Amino acid sequence: MKKLLPLLLLLFVSFHLFSQIDGEVIKPYKGDFLLQHARIFTVSNGVLEDTDLLIQNGKIAAIGKNLPKENHLLIDCTGKRIYPGFIDSGTSLGLVEVNSLPETQDYMELGKVTPQMQALTAVNPNAVAIPVTRVSGVTTVLTQPRGGYFPGTAALIQLNGYTPDQMDAGFRGVLMNFPSAAKAGNYDNRSAETIKKEAKKALDEIDALWEKATSYQAIQDKGGSVAYYPEMAQLAKVVTGEIPLLVEVNAAGDILRAIEWVKDKAVDPVFTGVAEGWKVAEKLAASEIPVITGPVLSLPSRQSDSYDASYTNASKLQQAGVKVAIRSQDSENVRNLPFHAGFAAAYGMGTEEALKAITLHPAEIFQVDDKLGSLEVGKSATLFLADGDPFEPKTQIEQVFIDGYKIPMTNRHIRLYQEFLDREMKPEN
Amino acid sequence: MSYKLLLSGLLLGSVVTTSLAQEGKKGDVFIRNAQVLTVTNGLKENTDVWVKDGLIHRIGTQLEAPKGVPVIDASGKYLMPGIIDAHSHVALESINEASSPITAEVKMEDVVDPFAIGIYRALAGGTTVSHAMHGSANAIGGQNVTLKHRYGTRNPGELVMKEAPRTIKFALGENPIRVHGRSKNLQPRSRMGVEAVIRNGFEEALQYKRTWETWKQASEETKKRLAPPVFSSRMETLVDILEGEIIIHCHSYRADEIYMLIQVCKEYGIDKIVFSHVNEGFKVAPELAAHTMGASVFSDWWAYKFEVYYSTAYNAAILTKNGVITSINSDSAELIRHLYHEAAKTQRYGGLTDEEALALITINPARQLGIDRWVGSIEEGKQADLVLFNQHPLSIYAIPEMTWVDGVNYFNRAKDAADQRLKVDPEEILEPMYLHVNHNNCMRDVDFYFTGFGRNLFQHSH
Repeated sequence: MKKLLPLLLLLFVSFHLFSQIDGEVIKPYKGDFLLQHARIFTVSNGVLEDTDLLIQNGKIAAIGKNLPKENHLLIDCTGKRIYPGFIDSGTSLGLVEVNSLPETQDYMELGKVTPQMQALTAVNPNAVAIPVTRVSGVTTVLTQPRGGYFPGTAALIQLNGYTPDQMDAGFRGVLMNFPSAAKAGNYDNRSAETIKKEAKKALDEIDALWEKATSYQAIQDKGGSVAYYPEMAQLAKVVTGEIPLLVEVNAAGDILRAIEWVKDKAVDPVFTGVAEGWKVAEKLAASEIPVITGPVLSLPSRQSDSYDASYTNASKLQQAGVKVAIRSQDSENVRNLPFHAGFAAAYGMGTEEALKAITLHPAEIFQVDDKLGSLEVGKSATLFLADGDPFEPKTQIEQVFIDGYKIPMTNRHIRLYQEFLDREMKPEN
Repeated sequence: MSYKLLLSGLLLGSVVTTSLAQEGKKGDVFIRNAQVLTVTNGLKENTDVWVKDGLIHRIGTQLEAPKGVPVIDASGKYLMPGIIDAHSHVALESINEASSPITAEVKMEDVVDPFAIGIYRALAGGTTVSHAMHGSANAIGGQNVTLKHRYGTRNPGELVMKEAPRTIKFALGENPIRVHGRSKNLQPRSRMGVEAVIRNGFEEALQYKRTWETWKQASEETKKRLAPPVFSSRMETLVDILEGEIIIHCHSYRADEIYMLIQVCKEYGIDKIVFSHVNEGFKVAPELAAHTMGASVFSDWWAYKFEVYYSTAYNAAILTKNGVITSINSDSAELIRHLYHEAAKTQRYGGLTDEEALALITINPARQLGIDRWVGSIEEGKQADLVLFNQHPLSIYAIPEMTWVDGVNYFNRAKDAADQRLKVDPEEILEPMYLHVNHNNCMRDVDFYFTGFGRNLFQHSH
């Protein structure tokens, strides 16, 4: 015993020292978790009261009442809700660290035609905004380049991982900016005629590129050899439908032209932006093109528009029969996605449809609904626990899981709060 | 004697009438059975608010509605004071006089645009008062103007809140450094230089004051021989700041620069100062609480430039819990439309109570603008700037339904027609389209200075 005492003392002291180490790191942790007695918002199958959900091997292994307890880590969810992780269908998260600093901007490459540029390549898994985002329940985002006719290839990413590949959620889409015949703000002093002419010229150039890509593919199909031409190699995949095309288009007139254009090209596109979709909602619905719209919290596109045009747009499209997903179009404040959906819900869409617009609908649009978008057995355990309606600002998101990983519910914003709420060394007077 | 009294009474009466006419319309309304969020006196359930001649005349239950006054049935709805935005650029024709690190002489009152659609959109979001500010290009910018959103007038003067005290814009950090130091090789080129510019300005103003005092005290004989000192409206304004007649609203981000200006103000005996944006205010919250009129912050903006990289969305909560008078502002024609939602975010980030969260957009900004005697809460005798919501304003599902300024209804969702422009350019063939861009912000009119750096071309530039 006497011999043991110093050892015990040493253990005690070292334990004490350890507990004094600042900035203790909590890592995402994978395990078998049994979430008990929750209110489960499945999205695809209604709301299940007092139900358990089992997470195993990164997937939802079971959903049901009183699931048997084995060697699971138990989490009591009495009075709590579980939702599938929210999906933001349009961001530049991970591609930029500080918006005004060119050294940290990786969302735009030189040239108008760069469809082969891969967003996933430039995603920084350690971007400070990633943990800031995911504690809000937004677990999955489309991150996308911008600029030119074909800015690049967007990627759907999970907000957990040490390498871009670990974050890859399995969807790629080539982006296209549909040439606009709208006057771009007050500073656009081109004549109406010039604007129209330039939009036509731009679309002609895109048509020429399309034809080139078609030829590039035809040559290969017929066994011919082609030179290294990465732009065409990527566009050819769009032409054949191997990679989906996401067309950014906003003005009502442009949307109508874009509907005709994609029909002519026989592609199955997704329209993004669609700020003035409410003006042509019926035609959009008839075209059966799904729409990713937002930000909802934004100004109406015209001075003559009703003040709530951007709040009601998603709802008007949805009610006309368009499949709608909502995006924040943000980088550092993607955490506001549930609030964009909440405003759409308040202004006509209703909570249930708005919830679909940031879960199941984007999962379907991105063809990952076998893994994401709803709470079903066999899907990825990408979900979160909240103490109320996650659209309500006062609700606390208590625990996030991404692919079965229990995510540390902290980030720099929270650490600064903890350090400075009750600061040391206060002034004397 | 009595004749003289009568005459002066008549004259006084006519003066009062004229000044009332200049201040714009005043209305009467009776709002029945609302959930009244008074802000200063808790929530009063199922309560009536009687507005008479633009003022809150009575608050009570089961009041009898006066004859001839429009009655609004507000059963189950929430009435709160008109929202006050302590940092806005809505309804300004131009924002930055970026020609010198000190431009204290310019006045935003001279560039008020009554036709700005932003005024109507702010009203539709329940915002009735905005502090229309000079931009952040200069260490000491121009004088701001406090507006009441009396949309529909073509007279810019009618939008001005005449009771409001004078305020001026200061700006620290990256913006004045970029505009003057980097672009024109003029001081300030660093945060050291920003302090120097402000101190030099104050010293020059003191010297200016002494020179004039000396001249004024000189004998008539001397005055005949010597020309008076040169008059400078810039120096006059700086003297007024030093004498406590103007409230400083200072654009700032980092803790060090905030602390610097607190020290400078203490040294010059200035206590009328509010820090705006103040993203790192949470780091010097005890100092802000002790020496200033508070902080006016964003709910969650960060990372749009380097000086806001180390921000936290918990800023408003930390400041509030440290006793700093805190408000949430917009600095944006978009955010000004839903400041109630921005305030609600402090419940997610820091768990503020309903009362604390609502104070951030009502009584606290009113204090920071020196107008809390007139607006910022629902109290008898205050101006009837009110908003009626279908639900509690801190809920995501809340929709502002009606907005009054001075008892006059300027927004009614039920009767809202789409196009609210007061004038349309007859030569306009194509109506311009605006996408996801904030045109009214701190750095408008100075884009020119940034093109060389390739900055702020796509995103925020506050």
